[in-house]
Amino acid sequence: MSMPNLRVRLFGIACLAIAIALPFYVSTYYTQFFAKALIMGMLAMSLNLVVGHGGLVSLCHAAFFGLAGYVLALLSPRYDAASLLTTLPVAILCSGTAALLIGALVLRTRGVYFIMVTLAFGEMLFFFFHDTKFAGGSDGISINIRPEIAVAGRQLLDLDKTMTFYFVVLGFLVGVIALLTMVVRSPFGRALAAARDNERRARSLGFPIFRLRLTAFTLSGALAGLAGYLAAAQFGFVAPQMLGWHQSATILVMVLIGGLRSVTGPLVGALVLIGMEEVLKAHLDNWKLVEGLIIIGIVILLPNGVRQIWSMVFGASPQRAAEIKPAAAEARHA
Amino acid sequence: MDFITLGVQLLNAVQYGAVLFLVASGLTLVFGILGVINLAHGAFYMLGAYLAYWITLMTGSFVVALLGGVLVAFVVGILLETVFVRLLYGRDHLAQVLLSFGLILVIDEIRQVLFGKDVHAVAPPAWLSGSIQLTDNLSYPVYRLAICVFCLMAALAIFFVIARTKIGMIVRAGSENREMARVLGIKFDRVNRYVFAAGIALAALGGILIAPISTVFPGMGDGMLILSFVVVVLGGIGSVGGAAVGALLIGLTDTFGKVFFPSVSSILIYVLMAVVLLWRPSGILGRQDA
Amino acid sequence: MTTKGLLRPLTRRAMLSGTAGAATFIATSPLHSPAIAQNAPLKVGMMLPYTGTYAKLGQFIDDGFRLYVEQKGGKLGGRDIAFVQVDDESKPEAATDNMNRLVGREKADVVVGTVHSGVAMAMVKVARDTKTLLIIPNAGANDATGPACAPNIFRTSFSNWQSTYPMGKVMADAGIKNVVTITWRYTAGAEMIGAFAENFTKNGGKIVADLTVPFPEVEFQALITQIAQLKPDAVFSFFAGGGAVKFVKDYAAAGLNKTIPLYGAGFLTDGTIEAQGEAAKGIRTTLHYADNLDNPANLAFLKAFKAKTGKDGDIYAVQGYDGAALLDIGLTAVGGDFTARDKMIAAMGAAKIDSPRGPLSFNKAHNPIQNIYLREVRNGRNEMISVAQADVDDPARGCKMT
Repeated sequence: MSMPNLRVRLFGIACLAIAIALPFYVSTYYTQFFAKALIMGMLAMSLNLVVGHGGLVSLCHAAFFGLAGYVLALLSPRYDAASLLTTLPVAILCSGTAALLIGALVLRTRGVYFIMVTLAFGEMLFFFFHDTKFAGGSDGISINIRPEIAVAGRQLLDLDKTMTFYFVVLGFLVGVIALLTMVVRSPFGRALAAARDNERRARSLGFPIFRLRLTAFTLSGALAGLAGYLAAAQFGFVAPQMLGWHQSATILVMVLIGGLRSVTGPLVGALVLIGMEEVLKAHLDNWKLVEGLIIIGIVILLPNGVRQIWSMVFGASPQRAAEIKPAAAEARHA
Repeated sequence: MDFITLGVQLLNAVQYGAVLFLVASGLTLVFGILGVINLAHGAFYMLGAYLAYWITLMTGSFVVALLGGVLVAFVVGILLETVFVRLLYGRDHLAQVLLSFGLILVIDEIRQVLFGKDVHAVAPPAWLSGSIQLTDNLSYPVYRLAICVFCLMAALAIFFVIARTKIGMIVRAGSENREMARVLGIKFDRVNRYVFAAGIALAALGGILIAPISTVFPGMGDGMLILSFVVVVLGGIGSVGGAAVGALLIGLTDTFGKVFFPSVSSILIYVLMAVVLLWRPSGILGRQDA
Repeated sequence: MTTKGLLRPLTRRAMLSGTAGAATFIATSPLHSPAIAQNAPLKVGMMLPYTGTYAKLGQFIDDGFRLYVEQKGGKLGGRDIAFVQVDDESKPEAATDNMNRLVGREKADVVVGTVHSGVAMAMVKVARDTKTLLIIPNAGANDATGPACAPNIFRTSFSNWQSTYPMGKVMADAGIKNVVTITWRYTAGAEMIGAFAENFTKNGGKIVADLTVPFPEVEFQALITQIAQLKPDAVFSFFAGGGAVKFVKDYAAAGLNKTIPLYGAGFLTDGTIEAQGEAAKGIRTTLHYADNLDNPANLAFLKAFKAKTGKDGDIYAVQGYDGAALLDIGLTAVGGDFTARDKMIAAMGAAKIDSPRGPLSFNKAHNPIQNIYLREVRNGRNEMISVAQADVDDPARGCKMT
């Protein structure tokens, strides 16, 4: 997987071209819709650094996502636009710090324990915003005016415009993909993967496993913060449910649908899941039943995500076949 | 706070902890013995409460609802294990998390189709519906006391089964060293099925017991799931004794937190969990090598 | 890997045969909605909770609204009405998205919604941004007709302030001096308790303790024990739905209803009274409706509602019904021409409706001016005792309508 071949590169460029052309051909509603989907994709990709590359199933990722949203909401003046250049770094910093602190605690645990502890800490942040009055409590809090970039009183970038917002999201998305690709291919990324594949061997080789994982956890939380900031800016409204574990589980579903071992897979997963929800909601009353069954079906039938469909249709490459069922060995008592 | 009020609040804490223990013990058994993480545990708690409502409505007897509800949950558990859950034994945790998340969505919608989405109340059996006068103006419902007694008996039964019976021996062997037990000729397929079904039945039992003092409503399983997780983390995975300790701790923290620190009461239990994790990462009664 | 079960990972052949079906399913989904032609039916978007805790409330509002439209032959102000509905699930986090779906994709001209205050405030925000006409048929958040008020936003229900403010005087007049309040820790709770406390202390009463439980928690036992220890003259409470059922039952099970009378906002015993049973007996609440109002409009409404749905109408159905009546007045004033917005909004603001709840008009912030009734639970119904305060007008604090 080290060198992307020409086909992959061309495919990526084609996707980007479509993404750029898209808002000129669809209605405002669908521009908003795709902006939302891309933000969720960004969130899923950030989670995959921990889940896919780090081998740690975290159920508190939405907490970092929502935290950044709350930071924007609390920093936004009531009648003016907040400045993107100051609020965005603060939001990312807050999410990253929260991830660092929580990570330092939860990474002391393993396996099933890790899942439960991340769930519990995610819920702690949820209840923090849910039960205290300062940020609107369970009712949530509005952001009246979207953030902007202004220099010396002149507005350079106004996120209030749907099209502008979409391209800002797209720009950040490309940046996140580049960053994650670099991280995964770096010695750090390889060490992280080594610790995932065989913790004992990696430890005996002298990798500082705790520090590797904590770094990945923190980076992943900070990127989730970026997505959360953008989501809050788009909807102009933040509620505690943004931090809830249902949200965390939904992101995990996106990761699984997209496949664990690639950087952009979760983005595909997000687009598939959100697109599916949109179609199901429009056609069915009990759409959650169908969604639940589809999720169960994917888990059982496509353990490697929708990419498996791709390889079934176009013939499986031996390398990908080998990726199937990677974590089975460590599944039992960790 | 005077002495009697303190006593009543203690009673409140124990009663709350008792129900928590029932639900969490089911969760910890499934974790400890099958190695399967089941997020749908709370959904079965909710299902139990709705079954209690429905069966009481049909038969007029809460006792029938209690027995029937547990039986239905047990059968559902066996079916689920046969169809879905057994596929997960060799799989990673991610698959388990997501499959059970999918199950939550499915169970929620099935509940909606079968029982609707209304809020319901369930009447306790007539012989338990009275109250005992405790202070000049406060009386305590007998049913709440009955829950404490019932949960205590259930706890003793669980301990007895695990410590003294052949099934319990197999279960303990499986959680200690499954490979060794398999080599020694123990077949786990059946045991797995019954343990999973028993775990589900315990969750449903919790829901049935709580139905008369709570209300039956769609989202009731969610909060219970998280609390059970915290109980299991506090006590140690797979340890039923740990679940008892954890449940009691949560009951005390929650009750007295509400009285003394009302604005931060719901965060307190997580602070407690963080402290315990720093002190003993595998829980109070968990094996520390894990 | 275990594949002994009934299901196995997909084979390539099974996969290919499934693709065709999936493809047709996706192809039939509407990616573009057709442009709305002039003089086409007016599109009313119903954004209500059709599932979840408030599902029943949402359904009654929906039924009430449609009942009025049916009574007018499917037309309001001579214009055909078409409905499109979205389930808001009472989820504030999905509210903006759902509202965008109605306004942006479905091109709804008018939006009616919703029950949950958090969701309603998100809807208010979108309505202000897009200038969509919004009729709120339940959510009582003071802000919606306070700081967030706008010409295109109307409410046919109540403000939280309005529904409990009269109770302050009622209880003080009854000789009650010390009161413990208890509610959920969220905006609706704080606003309802706040308005009650404002009027109660103004009339010489004292709030001994202000107890709160996180929303939507339903474990009240610890606080009930505390109330018994504090021994106030009375308790004033606000809970709704499942929480209301549980609180009233726990309160009675602890025997407190024998020594400390329970008062509350009307929602404590509305739509929940059946599940509360005996425990609710004697509870006094204030609301802008009572089950036994015998004005002709209410009797006719209840009869028609029963005939349409087979169910007994309640306050939620009335609020939906009045929402349609308000829209009817606006559209009638402009002869069904929705483009004459200013004239239409002026007519709606000046509307005088002979509602099943009694006379209904609107203040400058577009919040109802209406009677608030004192009710007591008798015979399993919320029966009116007296008019607690006539023509209650919300002060609309913070509303700057131009």
